[in-house]
Amino acid sequence: MAEAISTLPSPSPAPGSGRVTKTDETPRYNRAWIGRLFIYATLIAMAAAYLMPLWVMVTTSLKPLEEIYGGSFIGFPQNFTLDAWRVAWSQACIGTECTGLKPYFVNSLLIVIPAVVLSTGIGAINGYILTKWRFPGANLVFGLLLFGCFLPYQAILIPMARTLSLIGLAGSIPGLILVHVSYGICFTTLFFRNYFVTLPDDLTKAALVDGAGFFRIFWSIILPTSIPIIVVSCIWQFTQIWNDFLFGVSFTSGAHSPITVALNNIVNVTTGRKQYNIDMAAAMIAGIPTLLVYIVAGRYFVRGLTAGAVKG
Amino acid sequence: MSTLEIDRVRKSYGSLEVLKEVSISIDTGDFLVLLGPSGCGKSTLLNMIAGLETISGGEIRIAGRVVNDLSPKDRDIAMVFQSYALYPTMTVSQNIQFGMKIRGVPKAERAKAVQAAADMLQITHLLERKPSQLSGGQRQRVAMGRAIVRQPRLFLFDEPLSNLDAKLRVDMRTEIKRLHARLGTTIVYVTHDQIEAMTLATRVAVMKGGVVQQLDEPQTVYDRPANVYVARFVGSPSMNVIPGTLRVEGDKVMAVIEVQNRPPATISGIGLSRDAAARYAGRPVLVGIRPELFSVANGQPGTITVDIDVVEPTGPDTLAVFQLGGVEVTARLPPKQVEAGTATMLAVDTSKLVLFDPATENLIK
Ligand SMILES: Nc1ncnc2c1ncn2[C@@H]1O[C@H](COP(=O)(O)OP(=O)(O)O)[C@@H](O)[C@H]1O
Ligand SMILES: [Mg+2]
Repeated sequence: MAEAISTLPSPSPAPGSGRVTKTDETPRYNRAWIGRLFIYATLIAMAAAYLMPLWVMVTTSLKPLEEIYGGSFIGFPQNFTLDAWRVAWSQACIGTECTGLKPYFVNSLLIVIPAVVLSTGIGAINGYILTKWRFPGANLVFGLLLFGCFLPYQAILIPMARTLSLIGLAGSIPGLILVHVSYGICFTTLFFRNYFVTLPDDLTKAALVDGAGFFRIFWSIILPTSIPIIVVSCIWQFTQIWNDFLFGVSFTSGAHSPITVALNNIVNVTTGRKQYNIDMAAAMIAGIPTLLVYIVAGRYFVRGLTAGAVKG
Repeated sequence: MSTLEIDRVRKSYGSLEVLKEVSISIDTGDFLVLLGPSGCGKSTLLNMIAGLETISGGEIRIAGRVVNDLSPKDRDIAMVFQSYALYPTMTVSQNIQFGMKIRGVPKAERAKAVQAAADMLQITHLLERKPSQLSGGQRQRVAMGRAIVRQPRLFLFDEPLSNLDAKLRVDMRTEIKRLHARLGTTIVYVTHDQIEAMTLATRVAVMKGGVVQQLDEPQTVYDRPANVYVARFVGSPSMNVIPGTLRVEGDKVMAVIEVQNRPPATISGIGLSRDAAARYAGRPVLVGIRPELFSVANGQPGTITVDIDVVEPTGPDTLAVFQLGGVEVTARLPPKQVEAGTATMLAVDTSKLVLFDPATENLIK
């Protein structure tokens, strides 16, 4: 029995402590090891399968075009070069303009930043009103907003185009911001409402007795407790809006297009040989911001999504 | 002078009537406890005093001023909530001074007020902590500190102790009583715990279904409950309410109660007005006897004989359970005087015995 225990990593229990004998645990311990090995092998294989395209993208974008056409697609770059990235960023032709992705990257930033801030802000206020300043019919309003989450993109294209031209925002960046904000409010409101529902109403009451008003309570008490859900809302909205193609291609054109539309132009409109290295570099440039957001704030995303559940 | 007057106040949520014509008036320095079971409308009434719920009918006056349409901050009140409702992202110090900050009190003055309240509540060492780093009792103190610095005309407490464990609850109860003695501020306090009501109140309003059953000093509520409901709600173990018949012989008033397998028991020497005695003579009544009014008889007249069913020692005394008048009756007796399964002679102290009308269940005066 002593030998059996000594193979265990944890200190052995004092003799006579009433614990069940450990002898029969040795085989189980070994079996667990095999199981774990199997799990890791599977996980690594899966991860590799998923990362394969990324690997191809990265290596291809770092190869000169001759190497791509001359050799294997998968191998490590022989003549490492950043040229494709440079061209994709500032020289590639999109339509008739050969400006690279740079101005469209800026467009996307100009769209995504105000749209994320506005939709998150409005969602927060909506959630606050729907939970802490309930009015007759609040549930109906919430139900209708929720319905908005299930509306397919295609369904709103034509009404939206009509509205934008009526208010003179057709084809402009502010117009696209408006589209993203209105489409996003359903989701952000849902996030914030479900989070605020878990905050006790006594908090608002105590603040009222203390003399705080509608905005004071929101600003000083409710918002500071909501960092996790603000992060969730921002990540969600950022990814949705940055990656959006349909609204961008429908409601903007030419120099006002977001990066996804420009990327499509680069990749699909080529004369002569297909420039895979530039296409890959461009695709990665377009994808990097969402990737960065997840790397920086992903931890908060999961925490925020589960925060309400844990509290309630 | 009356600090708080609740004048025929009503509250409905749609067709649901939660409070029906509640009228309560208390003097400056009073400690009013609203006592009743869950759902009887205590919190609703307190929230209406605070201005957190609208008033459907009637008037609430604080220091003579009608406050029906005033917002909470203009009512000169402070409130302590059951869940403490501390602002989670602020430190204790910030929590306590939040209200003063909104009212534009200068920083130095705020710091002084926080310090004074913290000293009084012994939470000085906690001032820089966040609420999540505090125990239940500490949070309770902070919530009281937040109310104290307001220096209101009226403190409102909504079940402030019910989230604490038993031991701490007793300590904090004493603390609140001490606070009241020290500040002398009028308090309205909501609880469903009759012991809290008895120990803290100068006035108790016992509520049931949105109606005030009795508004009196705690001892009066205990000794002369207005009806069977109040009698049973206040006191633990609760008052025995035993069906019997009133017999009047000249000046003597007595109650006759059926006893299983024995001749009926007669409790004589009941004090009752001549008028009431005449009205109820020969008619059924409900006899209300507190458990401590029983004692083991040693040969005096007017005793009753019962068969003890169960004996429950509690330490300081023993609860004896037996059948009387067809109901289960509990007597609080000194330890080790009775045994289960034996016949025992018990005497009843009739000076505090009360009678109720079986139809209305109201006290017969
Ligand atoms: N906002 C509301 N809408 C409808 N009914 C309510 C509302 N608030 C309280 N009630 C009802 O009013 C009654 C009294 O509630 P409350 O004052 O909280 O009781 P207590 O504090 O005595 O436990 C309960 O029956 C409750 O269901
Ligand atoms: Mg309540």
